[in-house]
Amino acid sequence: MEKDMNKHKFEDLDVDKFLAPENEKRSVLAPDGSIVEVDPLKDYFCQDRPEVQKPRSGPVENFLNWARAESLWVLGFGTGCGSIEIPPLTTPRFDMFRYGVQMRATPRQSNVFVISGYLSVKTLKRAIRAYEQMPSPKYIIALGSCTINGGMYYDSYNTINRLDAYMPVDVYIAGCMPRPEALLAGFAKLKELIKAGKAEKANEYAENFDWYKTNQKKIIKDWNMPDFNW
Amino acid sequence: MDLKKLFQMNPDRSLYPEMGEDGKPIIDLSSHKFLKIWQGPQHPGITGNMSLELTVSGDEIVESKTHVGYLHRGFEKLMERRKFIQCFPTCIRMCVAEPDPNEYILAAAIEDLAGIEVPETAQWLRTLALEMARLQILLRSVPGQGGTFALGLGYQWGNYIRDLILDRFEELTGGRVYHMYIIPGGVRGLLPDGFKKRMEENLKLVDEFVINIDNLMYNNSVFKQRAKGLAVIPKDWIDTYGVYGPTARAAGVMRDVRKTHPYLKYAELDFEPFTTTESDVYARSRVRWHDLQTTVDLIRQIMAKMPDGGEIRAETPNVLHWRIPKGETYQKCESSRGEYGMYMVTDGSDKPRRVNLKGPSYTHANALLDKLLINANIADTAAIMVSLATCPPEIER
Amino acid sequence: MKDLIKDIESRFKTSDYIQKLDHLAFITVEKEQAISLVTYLRDYRKYAGLTLLTAVDWLEDGVFQLTYLLNNPTDYTEIGVRVMIDRDNATMESSHHLWENMMTYQRELREMFGIDFPGSPRIEEDFILEGWDNMPPYRRDFDTKKYAEETYFPRPGRESNDPATYMKSKMYPND
Repeated sequence: MEKDMNKHKFEDLDVDKFLAPENEKRSVLAPDGSIVEVDPLKDYFCQDRPEVQKPRSGPVENFLNWARAESLWVLGFGTGCGSIEIPPLTTPRFDMFRYGVQMRATPRQSNVFVISGYLSVKTLKRAIRAYEQMPSPKYIIALGSCTINGGMYYDSYNTINRLDAYMPVDVYIAGCMPRPEALLAGFAKLKELIKAGKAEKANEYAENFDWYKTNQKKIIKDWNMPDFNW
Repeated sequence: MDLKKLFQMNPDRSLYPEMGEDGKPIIDLSSHKFLKIWQGPQHPGITGNMSLELTVSGDEIVESKTHVGYLHRGFEKLMERRKFIQCFPTCIRMCVAEPDPNEYILAAAIEDLAGIEVPETAQWLRTLALEMARLQILLRSVPGQGGTFALGLGYQWGNYIRDLILDRFEELTGGRVYHMYIIPGGVRGLLPDGFKKRMEENLKLVDEFVINIDNLMYNNSVFKQRAKGLAVIPKDWIDTYGVYGPTARAAGVMRDVRKTHPYLKYAELDFEPFTTTESDVYARSRVRWHDLQTTVDLIRQIMAKMPDGGEIRAETPNVLHWRIPKGETYQKCESSRGEYGMYMVTDGSDKPRRVNLKGPSYTHANALLDKLLINANIADTAAIMVSLATCPPEIER
Repeated sequence: MKDLIKDIESRFKTSDYIQKLDHLAFITVEKEQAISLVTYLRDYRKYAGLTLLTAVDWLEDGVFQLTYLLNNPTDYTEIGVRVMIDRDNATMESSHHLWENMMTYQRELREMFGIDFPGSPRIEEDFILEGWDNMPPYRRDFDTKKYAEETYFPRPGRESNDPATYMKSKMYPND
């Protein structure tokens, strides 16, 4: 990758009218009386583009893939109506823990993001941010018909139609709404893909980063967050 | 030294934050005494997908603002460009956790405007479906209140029994979460063979569960300590804030559409919604626990009283060319959270002119929650939200 | 409810009274008197609860219909007060002082219909939509399908049909 591509573009931008107030440059009065200059976009956020993680060679990668596949930690972010079928999965009847799948409260600890149903534009913004904060390798499971082609919200002005234009999707689960068994089957499919070394969508996201960002910015009108969120 | 003050369980909150003359705290963010944090939308303690903008002083909340809109799909707009029968699959997704009241209010509004009389058997089946929906959501929300105080066992237990009720729904309607059972003019089918027997078996499990959850949660000292006296809603807020359902009944005000405006077959059933006056989180949870018993009893009564067969659907015009004369109406029913109503305006065409859903969460999660969270601890936020049973998809539709 | 309606009709400029159900009536009132009627109902006729406030877009007539639906917690009756306001200059007197939850309804109407309620708290803030730069979406002249197709580029291959014409072409192709 070219070196100048790695450089952050904030300095090139004019004053952004959508910049969130907490991200603006400001001087803060410290408790000891001194004044500290804070530039949150520089100080708090990463300056680098996401990088492609190259697979290691032979048996090492196979071993790592096996380990990854057997501990899928799901981010507990119910983005749409599909989230109603996730609690039953944690209960004895379906019990996803036996497959090594468990829920996590923060993106920093999870590597699977279940997009549970339609995404409104407002949630898409949060979902992108949560996804980018997850450490690689990371996977996305898209739950429900509305993530595939809009489902029954195909004509809604506030929900996206195809998820794969904004976020990289590893496994789709069709249905409205998919049963918990379907979700378990989706996890099984994801495991298969990981073990075969085919769940490489996070790398695809890094490769086609500009394309994804263009698509995202096209519909998120007030882009008041940094481009690199990790 | 005043030992009592030193070992006081609850800190003395009279000193901070400073109150202005209007009774509101003086919030000066640059003074370093206050901190602004966001809770949600990605947060395990949030009911559904919404967020709270909290200003805290220490761990005490001094100001709260609810932000909704993360689940907005524009149903009210979408239904304006769908025919009446096409509105049904759209409408049930308005509140995901409890879809049957959505179906019923839309069917009731259409029937009221078109002047359709629903057959006797269909009314009984509708009552049954609504009570089963209430049962399945209460099996989640009653132990869910314990879950907010890190009492996870009840939640797992309740969810297991809820799954059995969903199995009965599957038998009756074919769907696990979305049923589309109540359609204009009636219902889609009769009870399957042996349904009553299997339902009775499940109800026996619920009976046991009701006793067990009483021992597990309501006599638990941690639960009592934390839930009692938390987030009290005074009686005079009921009307000004628009409080409905179990939340209002916990404050001693009888708000139950099943009693005040008996719809379907509720006038023929014998039940008395529980009311109490403490109006804190414990009381609200207790009201729901009593509701659970009432619901079990009601399902038994319905199954005993309902006719075995008969007409289940009134004659309607061809649904694809169904034009409903100009008019407007407001139809409501009692969901597990409170009064759930639909305001519908028609203009003589084959599509509704305007549909407006009125759910209790709309007022509970906005004006009321903002007020209740003031002076609460951050750790109690989830408990207060669950006790109000806020359901974000019904706020923003 | 008949006495109540007679009383209202003698005090306010009303029209189009409809008794929809036993416990539900609708009545239209002039815009200038709307808030005073709602206040009168709340303070003197025990209609203490606000069930909902919503708007209907009558594009053909060029008006918005606002409906204040009030409920009476003592005898459980409901009355819907309709107010017609001009569509081009959609402004209505704010009534946030009457109910604490009125503010939320007014914020929604401002965002979804573009009806302004000057003086209502937090009215300028985004309520549901974020960064919306088009016409208020609940207005009748906003075409949601066209907007969705242009903005969210649908997946090729997805078809949607009008059910009436589609079924006719499938089942009775010769008619």
